[in-house]
Amino acid sequence: MNIMTEQKLEQAVSSAMNATTNDVIKMKGDKVTVHYGEKQALFGVDLDVREKQVTALIGPSGCGKSTFLRCLNRMNDTIPSARVGGLITLDGEDIYDKSIDVVELRARVGMVFQKPNPFPKSIYENVSYGPRIHGLTKTKAGLDEVVENSLKRAALWGEVKDRLHEPGTGLSGGQQQRLCIARAIAVSPEAILMDEPCSALDPIATAKIEELIDELRQNFTIVIVTHSMQQAARVSQRTAMFHLGYLVEEGATEKMFTSPDDKRTQDYITGRFG
Amino acid sequence: MTVITTDQALPTAARPPRRDIGIKKRYAAEARFKAYGLAAIVFGLSFLAIMLGSIVTKGYTSFWQTNITLPVTFDAAVLDPQNRRGSDPMVLVRANYDKLAQQALAAKLGVADTDKAKLREMKGFISDSARIQLRDELVANPALMGQTVNISMLASANIDSAFKGQIDLSVPEARRKVKDQQIRWMNQLAADGTLEQRFNTGLFTFGASSRPETAGIGVAIVGSLYMMGIVLVLALAIGVAASIYLEEFAAKNRLTDLIEVNINNLAAVPSIVFGLLGLAVFINFLGMPRSASLVGGITLSLMTLPTIIIATRAALSAVPPSIRAAALGLGASRMQMVFHHVLPLAMPGILTGTIIGLARALGETAPLLLIGMVAFVADYPTTPLDPATALPVQIYMWSNEAERAFVERMSGAIMILLGFLMVMNLAAIVLRRKFERRW
Repeated sequence: MNIMTEQKLEQAVSSAMNATTNDVIKMKGDKVTVHYGEKQALFGVDLDVREKQVTALIGPSGCGKSTFLRCLNRMNDTIPSARVGGLITLDGEDIYDKSIDVVELRARVGMVFQKPNPFPKSIYENVSYGPRIHGLTKTKAGLDEVVENSLKRAALWGEVKDRLHEPGTGLSGGQQQRLCIARAIAVSPEAILMDEPCSALDPIATAKIEELIDELRQNFTIVIVTHSMQQAARVSQRTAMFHLGYLVEEGATEKMFTSPDDKRTQDYITGRFG
Repeated sequence: MTVITTDQALPTAARPPRRDIGIKKRYAAEARFKAYGLAAIVFGLSFLAIMLGSIVTKGYTSFWQTNITLPVTFDAAVLDPQNRRGSDPMVLVRANYDKLAQQALAAKLGVADTDKAKLREMKGFISDSARIQLRDELVANPALMGQTVNISMLASANIDSAFKGQIDLSVPEARRKVKDQQIRWMNQLAADGTLEQRFNTGLFTFGASSRPETAGIGVAIVGSLYMMGIVLVLALAIGVAASIYLEEFAAKNRLTDLIEVNINNLAAVPSIVFGLLGLAVFINFLGMPRSASLVGGITLSLMTLPTIIIATRAALSAVPPSIRAAALGLGASRMQMVFHHVLPLAMPGILTGTIIGLARALGETAPLLLIGMVAFVADYPTTPLDPATALPVQIYMWSNEAERAFVERMSGAIMILLGFLMVMNLAAIVLRRKFERRW
């Protein structure tokens, strides 16, 4: 684990502080518990996700940060043994309520995974798949436009505009991950969940994705799980620290990285454990 | 402080006494193991070679058939001595066409009408099928009456075997089916080109027959094709639907575990049990016709289902979970996820499993015997409800015949069946190679 130098930390914090904040709660977790079979993975987590801000979830492996993320668009539903308790709301609505359709929820809350997972189809089909199944555009021209816009917003258009009909799996790892981001924003979600989106990428590809996340913040609410403290400091406005299934501390990123209230946060971000 | 200089020669470490760690023994064991493996492969391959060699050497001659081309005169005096064919069309159907062929052969060989002994030996030279052949020609074209036409007829099975050199001439004439006089005629006719070997199209087009020269696998091929079609439609549709449900939708609980165990067990059930099931359910209970390819196809479908389900489930579960997560994360419903992403990726595996299951069904004999497909069927089935046989059953039936010509045809049919199986397996391999995907 890298230990941040004071200088780096300061840079990171000042960049985060420049962000404009208009504090509106987009998603809210209230006493969220998750069981996988007999094992409890989350113990009463209360966490707010603010609109058009990047919230970073940090913590050592197995602390429940990915589990919490997967609750936010009900991806835990796909694990048969998972049981979710407590209340999670999107714009004040309970997303586990019977009146909420999971398909619609996932169209509103998109997801980008740890390993780039483009469909083994063309780049165009990868991006157009979501709008097509949701019927967002009826015409071919409309679809073309959505694909172009999404790829442009994912900073990938310039690299792939001449080979839209080549397989998405033929791109490099970083390009594949940006393709997955383009695919997620093509359905115009309100929030995007990112589960360690850079862990399979080299530093240059990581830098591009981080830059992209910072731009996407203008339009989307982003929750990102990361193992890299520097990344959390660079891209997020809010940081939440998880440990052993409990939320240890949540606050503005600059405060978390300079004067955390909890000893465990302090130890973790300085690299004493984790 | 000491300064270490590199140019100063350093002492070399002394080698400790050698330990016996059994290296020789280990290498010897490895060499022995390799030799056993090689011996096993050589053993297996040599038996395969013996089997194929014996089938091919016995069977390759079945693809040729001896024909006799003779100028046949449609003599009205023989066919219609009382000249009644104008009033009774059955006269021409019942007429003595054998005599026409005999007369033509006698004229060719210069045997007099009165030489009864030689005429008797001349019988059984031309196949009995000549009668039907000549009748059909005349009925199709009544203008032939009174004319002389060159007609190519099948030689009888004995002459065919003799001409192929399969009859041992050193056996005393009395104990031989082909007499010396017939051999002399045969050689005489072969010398002037009247008697010659041609490609045996009849093997592929004729149905069952008690005369080897007119026995073929035509009906069996049609029956097998009908059954393969039924198996493909039923087993693929039901198998894929069942696999998708079990793999993608069903909850994982005791019940689905039980179903899974039973499917795996069903794949190992002896095929004759499926035959009994078909007999009891489809024929006795549901009253479906016996010997019909429909019943055979359904029975073989039941037998093939477990194979297809197991292959399909393996192909479905081989699709990486990240693809499913990607589709679900975009808001695809479970069914959209399966049909847009998982199924297309699993298709090559499903097709491979299906083709292998089909190949197994094509070579299956036992269940078909029980549902009465071991029948003497000379006419082509027009629908799957008509009586038919199947390729392996035809082979089984011919293997019960004693005549040399049937042995030859049996081996020929085995070669054709093996050819079909090889083509199907090759198709499976090609499909797998072509669509194999790496992540």
